[in-house]
Formats: sequence, structure tokens, C-alpha cells
Amino acid sequence: MSTMTVRGRGGRADRPAASGRRRSRVARWREDLGGWLFVAPAAVIVLGLSIFPAGWAFLLSLQEWDGFSEPEFVGGDNYAELITDADFFSAVQHTGLYTAMFVPMSLFAGLFLAVALNRRIRFIGLYRTAIFVPFVASAAATGILSTYLFSPQFGLVNNVLRTIGLPAQGWLEDESQAMFVIALMSLWGQAAFTTVLYLAALQDVPGELLEAARLDGANRWQTFWRVVWPQLAPVTVFTAIWQTIGSIQLFDLVYTTTRGGPLDATKTIVYYLWEQAFRRLEFGYGSAVAYALFGLTLLITIGVVVYSRRRGTEAF
Amino acid sequence: MATILSNAATAGARAAEAPRPRRGKRRMSGWHFVLAPVSLLFAIPFVQMFLASVSPAAELIAYPPPLVPSRIDFGGFIALFTTTDVVRWLANSVIVSLSAIVSHLVLCSLAGYGFARLKFRGRTTGIFLIIATIMIPTQLLMIPTYILFSRWGLVDGLGAAIVPWLASAFGIFLMRQFFLSLPPELEEAGRIDGGNRWQIFWHVILPLAKPALATLAIFTLLSSWNDLVWPLIAINNDEAFTVQLGLANFQSTRRTQWELLMAGNVVATLPLILFFLFAQKQFVATMTLTGMKG
Repeated sequence: MSTMTVRGRGGRADRPAASGRRRSRVARWREDLGGWLFVAPAAVIVLGLSIFPAGWAFLLSLQEWDGFSEPEFVGGDNYAELITDADFFSAVQHTGLYTAMFVPMSLFAGLFLAVALNRRIRFIGLYRTAIFVPFVASAAATGILSTYLFSPQFGLVNNVLRTIGLPAQGWLEDESQAMFVIALMSLWGQAAFTTVLYLAALQDVPGELLEAARLDGANRWQTFWRVVWPQLAPVTVFTAIWQTIGSIQLFDLVYTTTRGGPLDATKTIVYYLWEQAFRRLEFGYGSAVAYALFGLTLLITIGVVVYSRRRGTEAF
Repeated sequence: MATILSNAATAGARAAEAPRPRRGKRRMSGWHFVLAPVSLLFAIPFVQMFLASVSPAAELIAYPPPLVPSRIDFGGFIALFTTTDVVRWLANSVIVSLSAIVSHLVLCSLAGYGFARLKFRGRTTGIFLIIATIMIPTQLLMIPTYILFSRWGLVDGLGAAIVPWLASAFGIFLMRQFFLSLPPELEEAGRIDGGNRWQIFWHVILPLAKPALATLAIFTLLSSWNDLVWPLIAINNDEAFTVQLGLANFQSTRRTQWELLMAGNVVATLPLILFFLFAQKQFVATMTLTGMKG
């Protein structure tokens, strides 16, 4: 990003420099105005709908307010309550469980599918399409499909289990399995994303490296783990952060499958936030939950970035 | 982040076209044994969706369920179009997505160009603030935005669904990265020909930006068409439902009518599937560039 001092100097100045101080001031003012005419409409919308509400959310988090009566300033009470809120902590645990399942699964699936798809064989276009199309399915559609496929009574999954002689499962209706089903269906919808990132990274691995490894007598496994995998480190770090941030914001798929059930087993942080704010109208407390989520996101991002900088694999 | 994103973008575009089956190569690769079953697994939910949408209602909840419907039955689609407002919801979704795309293309390319190429006071601060907002989770903004919109009288109308999609920090950032990559000589040539900033932008720069605009359009289409959380919060009036919100509501109220639910799923998903098949390469480039779908 160039700095402001560049203006008016150098070869790209669009006005002659020696045209008197007053004219150049007017010219400069016109230039500023011209620039802002370009950027202002989008900038006003984006900043107006983010910076301002983000500040307001912080004020709200210091209040107790239901949207109708007078807001009451309570200072840090909402945050104090949050720390001792057992429901919030179980929401954190459920979110953590999902993240712990989904992020490694999606990284592994992405890497595996990218390696598999990165070849010149027949039908590769067909394979790629089959794996990529679910990416366009919405959470609502995926939710309905999940509920149908994993229905304990007439779902395809249990039917397959029965056919091969395994006991039918409760899936979304079983509190120990529901989150797993949600993670699996998220993976169905999003595998394309990590796959495409790894595919891009694989094609960037210098051919000379592979050539050198081959000349040194490395087999395919050795080449992959010693040569290719280290080259993929930056994209792995980037994808891991991206997927983690996405995971701790899980809401849509929970809403469209289990609505937080059974027995609150799939109630995530954002689901809890939504419930507090838009079901119970606890706008202040909901905002405190939102800030806790924001803090968690920042901590994870900073943590991973610092860790990867130390190890010398910079993704950012 | 900027570099990895733009690297990924170019590489993604390459990845989309590179591995084509080579002519004349007939040797069976072992990878088929991996890829064929995996692809089948990925396809099964969609196949089930289409089969279920044309199945007789009774067969969907039969035990054991038949693998293939005994006959094609459009009862689900008929029920969908006669007993629900799905046509209106679809129209609402089209309106929301179209205005999101048009507005994104116009406002974000203007802003991206301004931040990339024009010199004015406050530019550095402006772009820094905008990029910083990408880090703010949308969940943090839901409550104040809802309160704000209800004060403006937008809540429960289509406006509530449209306004947040008019422009995005990501869109501005994406367009700015693209314009930064163009050689400055292009503008110099335009200036020598006597064009002003607007003329240069419209006649010289924008025609070159088609790939970036296509990426932005796909990103905006996917995220606005599939958005659920915000309509769920801001719209309680079923005349202003988007198709996703309508579907999500079926889930609780019509759970027994699977043929109708699946018909709704087909109707809400098919436009994007067809679009994907039509613009696959561009989609892949967009996917590489964006971390949408949280």
C-alpha cells in the first residue's frame, strides 16, 4: 500500500506541478473529492453496518435491555454472569466438540481429495463435479437432507446399516451422535472448499523438487511426506484458521437439523447467542456472548499465527 | 493474507482447467477405485433429494424404504406450488440476490478502484478500516443491526434482507487486489487520450475486470441466495420470506410431508446447481478466493 506522500510527485501526477499554490490547493481538494466519490458509497455501507454496530454491541453488552423498557447500565455484570453460566459453557463444549471433529476431518478430506483429483485420468471432470456440487447447497437444504438421510426409521443410512447387518442408530435423535452427523454433513457441503485450496497449492509445488526427489530414489510416499507436505504448510495453516473460525460460528445447520437438541446436545455458542437475543430478548446478555465469541476468534487467530511464525511457516 | 489469496486465485483457475483426461491414454488408473466410490458418496444425498421429490408420499416413510420409487409422482411439487407461497419466496430470493449482485458489482468495483488507484486524503485509513471489519464476526453485528433496522422500519420487509448485502468489505478488498495487479500504463494511455477518471474507469479499466467481476458476482450470489441467519432474525412476515427461510420453516411445520420438503429443496437448490454446472471454472476460482460458508 503506497503512502499519502506519493501524491502530487513523481511521474504519475496528473497535473503540472508549477501552476501556482492556490490552483494546486484547489486541484488537490478536487482530487480528494473525486477519490471519495468513488469509494464513499461502498465505504459508508460497509463501515456503517460494521464499525458502528460493533461499537453499539459493546455498549449493549454493558446493559440489561429487552428492547422495550429503559435500558439499564449494569457494567461488567453480563460478563461476570457469563463466566459462571453453565449453559454457556456447555454451548462452548458443544462448539469445541464440533470444531475438534470438523476441522481435522475437513483438512484431511481436502488434502486427500486434492491429491486424488490432481491427476490426468478419465472421468476426472465427473469426479470433480460430484465432489464440488454440494458446495452450492444451502444450510437449509443440507439440513433437510440430513434429517431425511439420517432418519432412524426410514433413512437411507440406517437402511444400509441394516442391510450389512449392523444395528440401526439414532443419529440426530441420539445426543451422543447428533453432533457427529452435523459435522459429517458440513463436510459433505464444504469438502470442495479445502479441496480446491489444496489443489491450488499442489499445483504450485515446484516440479524441480519432485524431480530431485525422484532422482534421489524417493518412493511416492517419501516424496509426498518429505517434499510435498512441507510445501503445503502455509495453506494448511491458513485453511485450519479459516475452518476453525467458521466452525466456532456454527449455527445454520444446527438450526435446520436439531434446533439445538436432543437434550441441548447440539446447542452451539451462536445458537445460544441467537436464543438469548431473539427468543428471550436479552439483548445485553446476547451481546456479551457475541463479544466472548469475538474474543475467542481473535485468540485462536493470534495463537495460530504466532505459532506458525515461530515454526517458520507463514500463512499471512 | 493478500498474497496467499491471490496466489490461490490464480492457481485455482489453473487447477480448474489443468487436469483434463489426456487423449489416447487408456491405461486404467488405480485412483478410479478411490475416486469412484468417494464421488458416489458425495452424489448420494442429491440423488436421494431428487428421487424423494418425485416419490409417492407413502413410499418415503415406508419401512423398509424402497431404493427407487415405484412410480414418478409429482405430488410433492404440486403440494409445494399449491399449498405454500414458494413462488413468492423464490421471487423474493431472486430480488434479494439480484440487487445484491448489481449493487456489489457497481459499488465494490468503484471503491476497489478508488482505493487501488486514486490518490486522496484518508485513503490509507479508509482501506485499513474496511479490511479490519473482515475480522468482525457477523454474529456480533446481528443484535445492533436488528435494533437499528427495526427503528428504521425495515424489519419484516424485503428491505431488511437486501440492505446488508449492498456492499461488503470482502468485495472491496477483492476488487482492490485486482485493480492493483493491472499495469498503470493503461490509465496513462487513457489520460493521454484526454479521458477523465470516470471515463478511464468505465471504458478502460472495467472491461478488463470481467474475471474479477464474475468472481464477485458468484460470491455474492452464493452467499445471498443461501443466507439463512439474517432473514431468520429480520423477517417474520411470510410474505417477505426468502426461499431458504421458507424451507427452514417447513422443517418444523411440515416434517411429515417429506415429498413436499424435498420438492422445496429441489426448487431452492436447482438454480445454483445448474449455474454451477454452467460456470464451473469460474466457481472454482471463486471458491479459492473466498472463505464463505462459515
